[in-house]
Amino acid sequence: MTMKTPLAQVRGTGPAREGAGHWRDERLSSLAVLVLFVWLLVSLWRLPGLDHASLVQWLSSPLAAAPMLLLVFTFFWHLQMGLIVVIEDYVHEEGSRMFWTAMVKFAAAGAGTLAAFSVLKIAIGGDAG
Amino acid sequence: MHRNPDRPLSPHLTIWKWGPHMLVSILHRITGVGLATLGAGLFTWWLVAAAMGSGAYGTFTAWLGWLTGTGFTLDKDAWAWVKYAFGAAVGIGLSWAFFQHALSGLRHFVMDIGAGYELRRNKLGALATLLGAVLLTAGLWAWIVMGRISA
Repeated sequence: MTMKTPLAQVRGTGPAREGAGHWRDERLSSLAVLVLFVWLLVSLWRLPGLDHASLVQWLSSPLAAAPMLLLVFTFFWHLQMGLIVVIEDYVHEEGSRMFWTAMVKFAAAGAGTLAAFSVLKIAIGGDAG
Repeated sequence: MHRNPDRPLSPHLTIWKWGPHMLVSILHRITGVGLATLGAGLFTWWLVAAAMGSGAYGTFTAWLGWLTGTGFTLDKDAWAWVKYAFGAAVGIGLSWAFFQHALSGLRHFVMDIGAGYELRRNKLGALATLLGAVLLTAGLWAWIVMGRISA
């Protein structure tokens, strides 16, 4: 005899193991990513050229580096959520699902940190020559 | 068994045909996975190469001819052609994937508030994302090629 309510017994037992938080965050991040990518495309369009010097000079401005950092964070946050949903749909075995979910999180964290550090390096230190 | 031929058959799991809504649904997932892997990989490569210096950035732009401002000339060697074709295919493919995923994502916002489920409107919305993505991709590349010619 359990003292749990019927709702508490089923809560968290779906394939995603949680409520609508993941779903909501995916939509929230998608708006940020869309706005920031449009900003990036328009900014690149307005540059005199896409050569190294033009890019580094542009990214060394805080007004370019800050939105770029936000884009890196929201882009990698959004893409790891999306990939995890795909894994939850197609990988049914518990162990494999945990493995691939972890791999996606590690890869997103690794690539995201690389990208963010690169933006910071250009913004703060300039290029290596 | 007598069946009234005016009545539809029961839904069947193996007999169905593609509709635009199904195509947009699976394309949203395929383009999303493509942008999350190839797109994010190139995005990271671009930023890391820029931070490492003009040499690394030159290697990156050499692989993706559409990023260089130098334009396309006919006297390139075979290897340059391979790189140029690779760059063009990846560039056109990724930009289409971006527009398709973005438009389909906006359509999701409409459906998330519970609107646009009527058969006709749902089909039109799905077709609009397909057409819009192709037009935006064509527009972007027309602009890139025009800039190339006038430069």
